[in-house]
Parts: sequence; structure tokens; C-alpha cells
Amino acid sequence: MVPVIEVNHLSKKYELGVSRPSEDSLRDMLMHGLRNSWRTLRRGSTTDQNSSEPQWMWALRDINFSVELGGVVGIIGMNGAGKSTLLKILSRITDPTEGYVRLRGRVASLLEVGTGFHPDLTGRENIFLNGVMLGMTKAEVLSKFDEIVAFSELEKFLDTPVKHYSSGMYVRLGFAVAAHLDPEILIVDEVLAVGDMAFQKKCLGKMGEFGESGRTILFVSHNIAAMVNLCQKGIVLQQGQLTFEGDAKSAANYYMGAVSGEEKKNRSHTTDLWSARGRLPQFRPWLCKLELYDGQAIALDGEMAIGSTIRVLLQFLLHQPSANFDARINFVDMYGQVIFAARSTYDRDRNWGERSGQQEMICEIHDLPLTPGEYRIEAALVIDEKCVDYVENAGHLKIVGSDFYGTGKIPSVGFFVHKQSWHLK
Amino acid sequence: MSLGREKRLHTANHKRIKNLWRVARRSCSLNTMMKSSAELLLRPHTGWQPIDLREIYKSRELFGFLVWRDIKIRYKQTILGGFWAVFQPLTAMLVFTLFFNRLAGIQTDGPPYPLFAFSGLVLWTFFANSVSMSSNSLVGNQVLVSKIYFPRIFIPLASIGALGLDLLIGVLLVFAMMIYYRWSVLPGALLIPVYVLGTLLAASGLGLILSALNVHFRDVKYAVPFFIQMGLFISPVIYPLRYVPAGYRLLFGLNPMSGMIVGFRHSLLGGPTDWALVLASLATSVFLFLAGLFIFRRMERRFADII
Repeated sequence: MVPVIEVNHLSKKYELGVSRPSEDSLRDMLMHGLRNSWRTLRRGSTTDQNSSEPQWMWALRDINFSVELGGVVGIIGMNGAGKSTLLKILSRITDPTEGYVRLRGRVASLLEVGTGFHPDLTGRENIFLNGVMLGMTKAEVLSKFDEIVAFSELEKFLDTPVKHYSSGMYVRLGFAVAAHLDPEILIVDEVLAVGDMAFQKKCLGKMGEFGESGRTILFVSHNIAAMVNLCQKGIVLQQGQLTFEGDAKSAANYYMGAVSGEEKKNRSHTTDLWSARGRLPQFRPWLCKLELYDGQAIALDGEMAIGSTIRVLLQFLLHQPSANFDARINFVDMYGQVIFAARSTYDRDRNWGERSGQQEMICEIHDLPLTPGEYRIEAALVIDEKCVDYVENAGHLKIVGSDFYGTGKIPSVGFFVHKQSWHLK
Repeated sequence: MSLGREKRLHTANHKRIKNLWRVARRSCSLNTMMKSSAELLLRPHTGWQPIDLREIYKSRELFGFLVWRDIKIRYKQTILGGFWAVFQPLTAMLVFTLFFNRLAGIQTDGPPYPLFAFSGLVLWTFFANSVSMSSNSLVGNQVLVSKIYFPRIFIPLASIGALGLDLLIGVLLVFAMMIYYRWSVLPGALLIPVYVLGTLLAASGLGLILSALNVHFRDVKYAVPFFIQMGLFISPVIYPLRYVPAGYRLLFGLNPMSGMIVGFRHSLLGGPTDWALVLASLATSVFLFLAGLFIFRRMERRFADII
């Protein structure tokens, strides 16, 4: 069968900074001379012109894959792996530098819900504007208008400018328009992950209704769990290159392995939380560092056997005196599920009184009964029931198989192990 | 915020999505052949390329909607609303009449100075606003450029299209003034569309080039108002052509607006005219427009990467 999406030796090069225009720009032709003279004027010298080598990076390098009719393919990768770039090329927003993409069928791409809404226009006006922008004809919008309105559940606010909408209403209207696009190829950037559940249900139901013709979906995600749940096939991007292609579950496994592999390079028992990346904007650092030790207080560099005892040292700074602080540690599996949560407030003998300044707490977890696999550790600090700091990647733990039950068999199925006994009656 | 609760919720959500998705997918029959044969090839573009007229024709409705949007939002939350469309040329006419006609003593070749000035100003204002609005249009619609695809050329052109309404009102006002001054309408008025078109081409060409340049260099934003101001003085808006020495006329005609204003005025108010100048300006307009199309096309590839 002819593939519906065919990506062939696709590459995309980006310039870094503005050190030098690439060879294919008008700027090169028209403005280069001007720029130089301007620089000369400004600096009063002719040195420092283009002395640096051309600086660019490949956001995508030689990507090849194809999607069959009706395929649902997820693309995962870390930030900067090239997911967004790929999406932008597929959506025609930017040109590839090399290679090509062939799309067979009517394409709709949703990089954002409600793009192109104008805040000053009413809901009604925006439905038309957005629908036509996304590729519908006016007649199509008109014929589906009532459906769209009913779908969005915004009948009452149709003649209100959308700038007065709540963010939820805004998303609903955006979805409603997008849901009625009726494309053959749908390229989505995790937009399904927004909106309230009841509304998501409607959206997915709507997709089912489309029905008759096979719909091909390309789902770009930062969330492995979503990818495994939604897609048949998975593609892993790493630093602009396609490193894995296969069924969704294997892709997820590969991705997790790759992530931990990258972390292994600088893996140690200690993680700097103070300057951790990816801290949510509402938080300033309180957590300083997290260290892992085994039961004998020997530093643990991220690997331990099933059922071993682990000690987690959490260092944090109390910016204000507090008697009601709660240090929290979560063990999260590769699907993003919290498998085990430890909290200092779970300690019965807790009687620390008011503290301030730098604190160190050690949490000893006896016989951690997790099955083999990769686990991420999250750390959070809660003061007076309010989360003040949270680090998503506070540590990494690999549980390796061991003879937990003492039977010569290594348990691997399920989330946890637990001592058990069997009797034959 | 409870970390644990949030995570649990998250997980529960995913399970629900999973089930819904299954239901949704089951009702799609996946093996039917696709009806549409639309095929799209996305590949690198290099060098100079003509614009894709077919694509533009296909999405013409969107152009209409963008024009409509620009008209609709332009005077939102203003008290005077559409009156602003004529406010600018009207006040300019009053000021110019006072200073250039009464004080500086500039004389026309016949028509009353206010009518003379206003007829020129209507066209000039359209041109000036078109160039300044369109040159900022891409930068002002960053989200559209970086998140959605449609022919980008629509963005600057729609902002000019939206000003067409102002121009129409302006022209009607010129006719109203002619009635007021008892100035009879000449058959030459049939040529008005030619001069409007010339102005449109020149404004579009410049708008396309400047809007594209603006994506790379925000200098454009500061340079445009200044040059537009200068442009008023090198176009025969305030003064009749008679004030330009004959030897410089053709050079003067390289300014597309010279010929358009001269011609526009001639077709409305009559009097002598310089056809060579009009033709030179028309040629410049067409050239600017074509250059704009090609330059825009060439630069548009990198908009999303740079904007």
C-alpha cells in the first residue's frame, strides 16, 4: 500500500544566533553589504566581521519514516530532540533544508488550539475565521456551524468577544472548530491533553464519528504514557535523529532506556536540585540536593536490586521558619505513574519543632519492593499544605532483577513484589 | 497543590483517554481506500520562485475573511469608529490649505486648493497607511506565521485590502466636495480605477517587501513612518506638478505616487497633465509589485524560523 505520510531523508538546519546568514537568504544578497558597512560605522573598525565560522545546528538530520493509511503514530523525544521542528515541517510552517515529505490526503494540523482566534472578535466570528484558516470553506463552516456551536456548548456566549472567555471556553471553542475539520491526515501536538475530561471525551467521540474513511494520525508528544495509550506505532527522536521505530510499547521502552543511558553518562548518587532544569515558573528553589544511599549508607549510583533498602537524603533550605514542612519523594515509573510516595509527614514520631535555614532529612525505605525497571524520583517540599518547590527529575533509580523470593526466579511482572506463601489443600 | 493527588488524577485521565480512543478508533474502518487524491510534496525551496497562484486561488475565501477581520477589528473600541477613515485626510487638508495655500501661497492650476489637496490626500493616505500597516502585518501576526499554514502573502495584502474601504469612503467624499465646489465630473473619471490600481500595486509591492524585511530586521518599523513622511513632500500632494522643473519630471515619475496622484487628480478635476510621468509611475508600480511578489516568496520560507 502506498504510504499516506512519507518522510524521506528529511533534514532541517537552524542558524545559531545571528552570527552569519545562511547561503540561502535574501539577507545575504541584499543586506550583507549593508550590514557590514553598518557594523563598520558603529564600531569604527573593520575587524570582527564574519570572523566566526558559520554557526548552525541540525534540528533534524536524515529522518526517514512512513505512515500507512489509518496508522496512528506517536513521536516522542526529549526537549530539543526535533519534535516541534518535524511538526512544523509537516504542517508546512517551515521548509525542510534537505529531503522531502509527501502527504497523500487532506491534511489538518493542530499545533495549538484556537490559533488565529482574534480576541476582539466574537465567538461566532472566530468560528468562521478559524475554520477557514484551518482549511474549511465558508460553505462547510456554515453547514457545520450549528454542530460546532452545540459541540462547544457556548451557545450563550456566541456574540461575546472571545477575550472575555475563560481559558476553558477558549479551548472548547478551538476544539469544536478543529473537531469538525474532517481531514484525512491529522497532525496533532498533544492538544488532546488539554481541556477538561468531559470535553475530551466529546472530542474523541467525534473523531470516531468521522469513521468512513481511514484517518491517519500523527501524534507528537512529550508524554510517553499518552503515546503508549493512543498510538499503535512509536517513533523516537533523539538530537534530531530518528533512533527507533516500532510498536508504541517498544518505542516507549527504548526511549526510557535512552533517557537513562544519557543520564548514566553523568550518573552519580547525588542530584543537584538547586539548579535543576525544568523547574516550574511558580517555584523558586528550596530543594538543594538529593542523594541516594543503600542500607549500609554506601552511595548508590542509581542501580539496586529488588527489595533492597534505600536511603534518600534530601537537603533543602527553609527560606522562612516553619514547623509544618513536609518533604516528599515520589517513585515514578516509565508511564508517569507514581508507584510509591514517601512523605516526611507519614512519620509517626515526627516532632521536629520549628526550623529554619538548611535542613537535611534522610528517608529510609526498607525493602523497596519495586519490580525491575527504570524509575524516576520526584522531590517536593510542602509548607503549610502548600507546595513551595517541586523537581520532576530529582533522581533516577534502576531496579535490577534479583532473586527476591529466594526461589531462583527473578520476578518481573507487576508493579511490586510482596512476600507470599502458597498452600496446596 | 498536592503532588500525589495531581499525579493520581493524571494517571486516571490517561486510562480514560485510552478507553475513549479505543472506542473512537473502532468506529473508523481503516481499510477503505481514501477518496481524496490530494497530494502534497514538502521539499526545500531555493532561489527565486513565482508565487503559487493556484493555491492563492484555492484559499481566496480566507483572504476575504482576513480583510473582513482587519476591517472589523480596526475600529473596535473607538468612539469615532469609521470616522477615523476620513479624519486623517480631512484634517491634513485643512492644515495644508491654511499653511501651504494661505500662508505659503501655493496655487493650483484651477481647482480650489482644498479640493486639490483633498483629492491628492485621499490617494496618498491610502498609500501611506497601506505601506505602514502591511509592513507591520507579519510581525503583528506572529502566532499565525508560526503556528498555522496558509499563503502568508495574504497577511500583508489583507491589511491593505482592509484599507480599501477607507479609500472608497475618501473617493466618495471627493465627489461630495466636487458637488460642493460645483466642479463638474469629467469623463476622465472613468480612469480612476487605473490610478487606484496603480496605487494598490505600488503599495502592495512595497508592503510585501517591507513586511518580509521587518521579520528579519525590526528597523523597518522605525524607518517606514519616517520615509512615508518624506514621501509626502516628494509627491505632488501639496503642490501641483507645475512646481517641479520639467527636466526632473521623469525622475519624479520614479516615485509611483507622483504619477498616480497627478493622473487621479487629472481624471477628477481636469487641467493639464504629464502622461509620460503617469506612465513612468505606472511602470514603477507594476515593477514594485512584481518585485514584491518574488522577494516575499523568497523570504517567506524563513519567516517561521526567524519571527
